[in-house]
Amino acid sequence: MIKEDLQYTETHEWVKVEGKIATIGITDYAQHELGDIVFVELPEIKDEIDQEDVLATIEAVKAVEEIYSPISGIVLEINDDLEDDSELINSSPYDEGWIVKMEITNMDELGNLLTADAYSKLIGE
Amino acid sequence: MSKETPFYNIHKKLGAKFVDFAGFKMPVQYKKGIVHEHNIVREKVGMFDLTHMGEFIVRGPKRLEFLQKMTVNDLSQIEVGQVQYTNMCYPTGGIVDDLLIYRYEDIYYLVVNASNLEKDFAWLKDHLVQGVELEDVSDKTALIAVQGPDAQTVVQKIILDDLSQIGYYHFIDTKIGDVDVLVSRTGYTGEDGFEIYFTELDKAEELWEKIEEAGKEFEIEPIGLGARDTLRLEMKYPLYGNDIDQDTNSLEAGLRWFVKLDKGDFIGKEVLEKVAKNKIQRKLVPFVMEDKGVPRPHYKIFANGKEIGEVRSGTMSPSLKKGIGTGYVPREFMKSGNEIEIQVRKKMLKAKVIKPPFYKDGSIKR
Repeated sequence: MIKEDLQYTETHEWVKVEGKIATIGITDYAQHELGDIVFVELPEIKDEIDQEDVLATIEAVKAVEEIYSPISGIVLEINDDLEDDSELINSSPYDEGWIVKMEITNMDELGNLLTADAYSKLIGE
Repeated sequence: MSKETPFYNIHKKLGAKFVDFAGFKMPVQYKKGIVHEHNIVREKVGMFDLTHMGEFIVRGPKRLEFLQKMTVNDLSQIEVGQVQYTNMCYPTGGIVDDLLIYRYEDIYYLVVNASNLEKDFAWLKDHLVQGVELEDVSDKTALIAVQGPDAQTVVQKIILDDLSQIGYYHFIDTKIGDVDVLVSRTGYTGEDGFEIYFTELDKAEELWEKIEEAGKEFEIEPIGLGARDTLRLEMKYPLYGNDIDQDTNSLEAGLRWFVKLDKGDFIGKEVLEKVAKNKIQRKLVPFVMEDKGVPRPHYKIFANGKEIGEVRSGTMSPSLKKGIGTGYVPREFMKSGNEIEIQVRKKMLKAKVIKPPFYKDGSIKR
């Protein structure tokens, strides 16, 4: 499942842009590949993170995956619900399972992201 | 090119996610995921394709003498129809593999780890003596495990012999339909269960479906290698390559119970005797995370700010809902209750050494 109104990365993050705010999560394809997500290590609010740096770490039962920041920005909000219920990423990757909201510091970088069409081609759907 | 087991098409149909393991395409999980599969085995019953495991037959008049020399447990202590867990060691005391030995009237049947199959066969062959023959029957043998509190009821439906008469670590030769099978009350999950070996590979799908059908009313499900690993780790059963290897020995690994130093000579005895006499200097301990986080193999273990070892096995325990792991720590840190720290990426997270197993309510003890 791919949502039309989002932008994507080759490393399977999605980005929803509203003004200068980006909401970031992982795609349905990624959560499916990872399997049961049992823990998420989130960044701190106000952390400044560069594009392609580690933003969060997702632990599945058998695997651990880094989530790379699709953009450069400052962390405004983290999804606290994931601390007790990381499985939300499995059940609702694009909505309740969002990971962080960031203030975008370089709007130009959005141009590097993939469209829904390009991402769907990437994962062969 | 990795091999397919005779159940490959069934796994595919069931939506398995595959992984290359020890030269086989094995199912790591099915559609509902590892945690679900894990819970099915703890609460009901699951079935595993373990055809990748290696099976050897040891024949000949000197077979007992030979295996006594090759393994650390006392094989003369088991009867026909019994199974023994044991280790093979190098002269250094390091572990070649851990294995099961089934005693028949006229042969011993060895079950070894898939990843060590060729190494084990070569090791045994190098030590063969007159009066012993060794045969690798792995390619001719399929294995299904049925594990969980309902395992006996399920398997009983398709077997005439009374399974309640088969004790833990015992086996029988019997039939499922017209297929000859070896059925043992063994397993690697902490739950009651059976391992079913057979050589009529063209009947594999039929047999799988028969077990599936018998287990339907108990909601039996297929279980992949992912849940097999979380189930075994919750029992602190060692996994070769993680917990034990050529640089560790059976005493340090907490397998003292299986090492019979008074049985006569065997490979590795001298070193193990020395280790036992000097008291072990490090031990494979189980630990539970007190902070939130998941230990993984090779993460560093600290105590009082000093690095003392590394994680060997580690995962999120579906039963405890906490990170659990094992690691070798020096003598002064091996007591249960000791506080240690695990370095998880940039953070030091608190953990505590416990007494094994992690999961204490397995049906094997009921």
